[in-house]
Amino acid sequence: MAQDVWVNIETLRGEVTEISYTMLAAGKAIAKGLGGSLRAVLLGGNVKGLAGKLGAADSVTVVDHPALADFNPDAHLLALTDLAKKGAPRAFLFGQTASGTDLACGLAAKFGFPVASPCRTFKVEGGEILFEAVTCGGKIIADGKLPGPTGVAIVMPGGYKPEEAMVGGSPKVDEASPESDLGAARTRFRAYIEPDTSDVDISKIPILISVGRGIGQKENIDAAKELAAALGGEVSSSRPIVDQGWLPTSRLVGKSGKSVKPKLYLALGISGSPEHMEGLPSWETLVAINTDQKAPIYDVATFGAAVDVLELIPKLTEKVKAAKG
Amino acid sequence: MNIAVPIKFVPDLVEEMEIDSSTGKLDRTFMRLVPNELDEHALEQALILKERHGGTVAVITLDTGDVDEALFTAVAKGADRAIKIAGEGYAEGVTSHACADLLAEALKDGSFDLILAGTQAVDDLDGSVGALLAAKLGIPYVGYATKVVEAGGKVVATKEYPGGLLAEIEVSTPAVIGIQAAEKPPRYVVTSLVMDAMKKAKIDEAEGAAAGLEGAAEITGMRPPEAGKGAEMIDGDANAVAEKLVGILKEKGVL
Ligand SMILES: Cc1cc2nc3c(=O)[nH]c(=O)nc-3n(C[C@H](O)[C@H](O)[C@H](O)COP(=O)(O)OP(=O)(O)OC[C@H]3O[C@@H](n4cnc5c(N)ncnc54)[C@H](O)[C@@H]3O)c2cc1C
Repeated sequence: MAQDVWVNIETLRGEVTEISYTMLAAGKAIAKGLGGSLRAVLLGGNVKGLAGKLGAADSVTVVDHPALADFNPDAHLLALTDLAKKGAPRAFLFGQTASGTDLACGLAAKFGFPVASPCRTFKVEGGEILFEAVTCGGKIIADGKLPGPTGVAIVMPGGYKPEEAMVGGSPKVDEASPESDLGAARTRFRAYIEPDTSDVDISKIPILISVGRGIGQKENIDAAKELAAALGGEVSSSRPIVDQGWLPTSRLVGKSGKSVKPKLYLALGISGSPEHMEGLPSWETLVAINTDQKAPIYDVATFGAAVDVLELIPKLTEKVKAAKG
Repeated sequence: MNIAVPIKFVPDLVEEMEIDSSTGKLDRTFMRLVPNELDEHALEQALILKERHGGTVAVITLDTGDVDEALFTAVAKGADRAIKIAGEGYAEGVTSHACADLLAEALKDGSFDLILAGTQAVDDLDGSVGALLAAKLGIPYVGYATKVVEAGGKVVATKEYPGGLLAEIEVSTPAVIGIQAAEKPPRYVVTSLVMDAMKKAKIDEAEGAAAGLEGAAEITGMRPPEAGKGAEMIDGDANAVAEKLVGILKEKGVL
């Protein structure tokens, strides 16, 4: 137990989510360094069948209960608390996600486990777990140590390839039943609200003209739309644009929006925060226009230019139109 | 409902971030601190709830230096009370754990039905304040919320999953809800109203314990990200850049 690593497996509507595999890959590396074993902790309703998809783990602990069928923060926390009471691991990994972050801090605070977030990579050196966390919108990397005897780490994507952990297999499965009365949970899942699918699906569009806070005002988005039309593409955006109500959620690229793999991604006034880049697993050409020479997006972009987007957009539209004749 | 909104002051990401070579941590000497963006959304959601159902809104922050203007701005927007906790070492940066401990101490008298906090802050390195605060107060927490409504003595939080999927979660109060975005963009308030608040309103001041490091993982150093291969930068003015981009787009078969 003392050198083991546990991963909180997340599911959404019966599917294991990608971050769970990222964490299994991370957990495997840590467990190997510590000489411990890797356990997947799978909470849900009728989820036992998913254990076979968690072959990267040495063992799977399944807690199956109707109250856990859809994510219900307080019920999940009660069930995890029951497990951790019986003996906690050296490291417990949670996703930097809508469900993972609800649980990680709650569990840690109950037991006094220290917390590190948002961790991208881990290393084990001299028996210590070292992590690298991404902070300040991607502008700073923090290095740290995850203290024992048990530490909770909240894991962001990007440091490990989820595919590496997407292996079948027959890990040892044990079933645990919650000792707490999950009916006493102070939160209750009511219903899902489905996303609006009437708009274009930006994940299928090869040319994306993506606007960020640097676009300044709602009115300026029209110019970006004109550029998109000239290039035969569509506009997409970062989160502040959607939060302002300037474009619908269907156009959002990133952690809380869509994942896109365009041929051309033209980022206009987007800083390149980790949450935005989560929605860009790959691209053929990424052009970033940003007046801040140190914007994190320049670390990954194919081409960049530190000019004002408002000056560039009309000029580029004009030249694109001319080139198309 | 009586709602409390904790506001965390964080580095302004628009400014350059420097690492202090003697400490290996962020250089805070000239750092501009601003209210965390998602906490501004939490305040907006609280004001929307107050307008809809009545009740009060109190903003509360640790005195990390120069926080008064933001507190008066919150009052000008409609908050009824502003509370500032002063204590040793706050200006040097406070971990999420220490922040949650200090807030829990200030809010534990139970006079609040609901606490709305930003679901995370841009400088969190040890979890988020709202989730930790809930655990310390022993009340439920739901994060990633984009809407909160009152319903029969409880609240319903709309939790956001990727791709625009939402889930309605019913929560008994008292509770902490971590706000990802308010129902509407945070309102603006004209300077004259802020000036007015400065003249008329009073900030309640409380003393807090010294900020410790307990509960946070140890940070051994900070650095700028490795700059990968980096982008090939195109020089020149907007016209020249547009010209070169057209060439690149042709080469890449986009045009
Ligand atoms: C749980 C969670 C989920 C999130 N999900 C997402 C998500 O799905 N997608 C997403 O995008 N974000 C998401 N975010 C938000 C994310 O953290 C960032 O705040 C956001 O991506 C920043 O958007 P931005 O780059 O447009 O704005 P900023 O970071 O403010 O960057 C604006 C950039 O524009 C540049 N600029 C300003 N003016 C000009 C000009 N005239 N010309 C050229 N450049 C200019 C600036 O230099 C700056 O780099 C999420 C956050 C959280 C906490």
